[in-house]
Amino acid sequence: MKRKVIKVNFLSVMIGGFFGAISRFALGEWLHTENGFPLGTFIINLIGCFALGWFLTYVNQKKKIKTEFTLIIGTGFIGSYTTFSTFSVETINLFQQGLVFFGTTYVLATIILGLLLAYLGRKLALSKEKVGDVI
Amino acid sequence: MIWIIGIGGSLGAVTRFILGNLISNKSQKLFPFPLGTWIINITGSFLLGLIAQLHLTNQISEWLWLLWGVGFCGAYTTFSTFGNETITLIQSNKVKLAIIYVISSIIVGVASATIGLNI
Repeated sequence: MKRKVIKVNFLSVMIGGFFGAISRFALGEWLHTENGFPLGTFIINLIGCFALGWFLTYVNQKKKIKTEFTLIIGTGFIGSYTTFSTFSVETINLFQQGLVFFGTTYVLATIILGLLLAYLGRKLALSKEKVGDVI
Repeated sequence: MIWIIGIGGSLGAVTRFILGNLISNKSQKLFPFPLGTWIINITGSFLLGLIAQLHLTNQISEWLWLLWGVGFCGAYTTFSTFGNETITLIQSNKVKLAIIYVISSIIVGVASATIGLNI
């Protein structure tokens, strides 16, 4: 029985990961810029921070949501949609090309806005719940 | 070709899930630092640097880059969990730990990518 649960969990994460990676690639290609600033990864990571903050808080409040659902959407899809490795490689590329201003802006803006959006995502999920309680 | 990225992504995601759980189960009892994601993001940054170098110097074909670089490394590492773990640390008044987590992830992550690119 336990083995079956582990199999379902792995499969859930893999299904989410499949679509998360494809979405990242598709949006990244679409947001490609000519000036060298990695706008694609920047936007992708910001959206993902907000989405995960909202999703995890929302799921936490609903007792009835199945684990597989959290694994497909949270760990699988949003986890694979956002990326840290591309962020690292793009940062060093900017500095090695002498684009110091872009490199610094990229790191600081991703961190500051990413954390802010993760926080706002959580806030939104909590405020929705409060409105629901009143009604 | 896009399904190659998907397969790499599903393998990356499940590796992150297994490794993250293994590390967190052991380390969380000792100290409240998100060591799992930290190690995953650092090793993934190194690996992507290495694969990117092989791709840029034409030592591997395009589909291997899409499978292991874009798909696997991209999905194995994660920025959204990193951001949300930082907020959790801040909200539980562990601001110092949050600052250490953010700064060390970036510095060690970018350094690992640089080593991978130049190895």
